[in-house]
Amino acid sequence: MLPASNSGRVYAVLLILLGMAPFITSWIDQPFYLDLLSRALILAIAASSLNLILGYGGMVSLGHAAYLGIGAYCVGIPAYYDIYNGWIHLGLTIVVSASFAFLTGLIILRTKAVYFIMITLAFSQMVYFTFVSLEEYGGDDGLVIYLRSEFPSWLSMEGATALYYWIFGALVLTLLVIYRLVYSRFGRVIVGSKFNEERMQSLGFNTYRYRLTCYVISGVLCGIAGMLLGNFTSFISPEMMGWTRSGELIFMVVMGGASSFFGPLIGTSAFVFLEQYLPEIMKTINPSWHEYWHLPFGVLLVCLVLFGKGGIHGWLSRFDKDGDVK
Amino acid sequence: MTDSILKVTALNKSFGGIHATRDLHLEVTRGDIHAIIGPNGAGKTTLISQLSGQLKPSSGSIEFERKDITRLTTAKRARSGLARSFQITSVVMPLTLLENVMLAVQGTSGHSFRFWKPVKQDQQMVSAAMNSLTEVGLQDRADKIAAEVSHGEQRQLEVAMALAMKPRLLLLDEPMAGMGVEESQHMVDILKKLKEKCTILLIEHDMDAVFKLADQLSVLVDGHIIASNTVENIRANQEVQRAYLGEQHA
Ligand SMILES: Nc1ncnc2c1ncn2[C@@H]1O[C@H](COP(=O)(O)OP(=O)(O)O)[C@@H](O)[C@H]1O
Ligand SMILES: [Mg+2]
Repeated sequence: MLPASNSGRVYAVLLILLGMAPFITSWIDQPFYLDLLSRALILAIAASSLNLILGYGGMVSLGHAAYLGIGAYCVGIPAYYDIYNGWIHLGLTIVVSASFAFLTGLIILRTKAVYFIMITLAFSQMVYFTFVSLEEYGGDDGLVIYLRSEFPSWLSMEGATALYYWIFGALVLTLLVIYRLVYSRFGRVIVGSKFNEERMQSLGFNTYRYRLTCYVISGVLCGIAGMLLGNFTSFISPEMMGWTRSGELIFMVVMGGASSFFGPLIGTSAFVFLEQYLPEIMKTINPSWHEYWHLPFGVLLVCLVLFGKGGIHGWLSRFDKDGDVK
Repeated sequence: MTDSILKVTALNKSFGGIHATRDLHLEVTRGDIHAIIGPNGAGKTTLISQLSGQLKPSSGSIEFERKDITRLTTAKRARSGLARSFQITSVVMPLTLLENVMLAVQGTSGHSFRFWKPVKQDQQMVSAAMNSLTEVGLQDRADKIAAEVSHGEQRQLEVAMALAMKPRLLLLDEPMAGMGVEESQHMVDILKKLKEKCTILLIEHDMDAVFKLADQLSVLVDGHIIASNTVENIRANQEVQRAYLGEQHA
């Protein structure tokens, strides 16, 4: 099902390596890398969900981190009441993020361009401040989740390796869903509407309904990433849905290459590892510099946007003849 | 009594101070090629956009196959058999010609809340789209990206997409805009063939083409139709000569 191109092969090898990661990290005795990878893959699910609307649908949301928060609190709040059943957590995540995406989407999808960005930002800030004001659930200080979501033993999240495979499985499923979606009848309407919505309407498509549905699917996928993030960090706070988080998700998508299938995974991995190691690299240059890692990071991003058209994926696929998927 | 497929009554449209359509009456007979001519800025595109639903009229009514469609959305009109092409080429540029036409087939064949099966595996859709491309002579260019083919071919693609919707009334807004002599002649041949399939409301500047194709002719000046008749009668009409034909054929 994957393109038989050079970049396609690179990605296939990457997925296989990711599948073996727990063995590799325990073999080289570096469990910390598994943690780093777990975080990267969770964010890759979130970034891929954003890529579905941003890259394929042309809907630039600056509020997608709200769904990370919603998913995490759908674990945290039940856990606060000693409800640890994983199916309840997952079901709640899906229902709440779908409802939120649908209700806000009704309004958001009537707007375009800058207004679209501003209104997604506004709605996510509303969620942010709602959770800040919920004193019962820790408000600003957040919540500690003492136990992970409970699933039957074959699906258990207990232990770093089991949780990693949960995350890896969720990522593979998300990528599969997006891949099938983009080339289906539904996906064609979404891609067509990105480039020429007026024409799509005159071809008989009620583009509003299709785009709204796409927005809801994206929100649910990102909500599930949030549910995993809650389990992974075991400490959640409104900070995880702040607008800077949403901005970072956009960075990850753009860095990897928007509207490319594996772009968000690559961009997210690059982001997480730079976030981890840039401060240390800065420190070796000058011990007092480690706080300024955002500076070279920013410069790197600007260069990618200016010179690396199509992000890291775009750079990789220069080695292909068949070009990009649309 | 003739069978009228489209009936426009007392249509008005203003943009702020500009009265682009004023008290416009028009009746199109099923099976005809009905051409609308008129100078630049007369309101031809504005009329088409109201017929296809992109613009809301200020007042008046539009009946398609005896049903009032004045308040229907563009998408609903398209699904009920009314297709348009655009004066300024409007296709999905990064997609191939085949993918563009497949969108047109898809838009008028059931809903698209189908999330799993790749459209390219839908043989019925592919062959329907290929048929439309063949009708306009683009069958060998199917896999080219729309942005990368010639202007003339993009104009043909416009028509192929409208055609793929299997419309009963086709609204063509200057299909030959910007075309060379040879390309125009090719388009005339395509439209002659299309006449067998559906009624066509044709907006066109090229008078030779209009005289070759049209059964009925309406003259639009300043947002108002000043004459509507058979091609022969219009050619004889003094007022039309003065208002429009005179300028070009002086
Ligand atoms: N969206 C718009 N806003 C304001 N004025 C418009 C708009 N569209 C068309 N017009 C004006 O309406 C008149 C008719 O335009 P149009 O229908 O494009 O003419 P035609 O297609 O016959 O050349 C012109 O004076 C034009 O400037
Ligand atoms: Mg015009």
